[in-house]
Amino acid sequence: MDVVGLLSVAFVAGMLGGMVGVGGGVLFVPALVVLMDLSQLEAEATSLVAVVAVGAVGAWRQHGYGNLRPRDALAIGLLSPIGVAIGVVAANEMPERTLELLFAALSLYFAVGLAIRALRGPEQPSPARSPR
Amino acid sequence: MSPRLARLAAIGTLAGAFSALFGVGGGTVIVPLLILWLGHREREATGTSLAAIVLIALFGIAGHGAFGNVDLAKGLLITPPAVAGVVAGTALQQRVPERAVSAVFALLLVASAAVLAF
Repeated sequence: MDVVGLLSVAFVAGMLGGMVGVGGGVLFVPALVVLMDLSQLEAEATSLVAVVAVGAVGAWRQHGYGNLRPRDALAIGLLSPIGVAIGVVAANEMPERTLELLFAALSLYFAVGLAIRALRGPEQPSPARSPR
Repeated sequence: MSPRLARLAAIGTLAGAFSALFGVGGGTVIVPLLILWLGHREREATGTSLAAIVLIALFGIAGHGAFGNVDLAKGLLITPPAVAGVVAGTALQQRVPERAVSAVFALLLVASAAVLAF
């Protein structure tokens, strides 16, 4: 095991999380598997401990910057167990490969939407913006 | 159910499914959908996503913990540098244009799709 490497990856994962609003699991999980000899399942479960801390501190910082919509976050978080249940059923009913390709396609679809937005340049004040 | 709540429910459901299937928090689903469906600005979407992820990860820990898969010592080992990283990352994010966040996120999604597909 390589503690310095692990802690360095954890810092980079937290920084990426703060930059783009993810928990960092995408880097924690492989780091825990490779550097700490955890199984994939143990690494996924263990990474969630750091994800909670990253999410809590990151959301608190963004609240300070005026960038948090708490009611939207609460609705998404509280309704997520429905998705977890669907995910568990899907994992048992569908081939893993199908699920991977499904989410890969979904990711590319989102990427195109965000890329178009990024290429359009700075936002004009929009009356169509949805209310809080 | 209002259209807005229906969209939030869809985002929560997709994030939960993604989280359960691939063992991550679900932020890669939440951030783009808050921007594209609910009209969040980039910084709002990332802040709101981080808060939602806390709840999703807590549900995950409860589920995984029941099966004894959470190695708390190793989880707590990576937490301090990760927290230092997120403080630095959110501070840095305030200094870049919002559209740059969308651009970086698009690249992250392409990388994520590649990892899933190959």
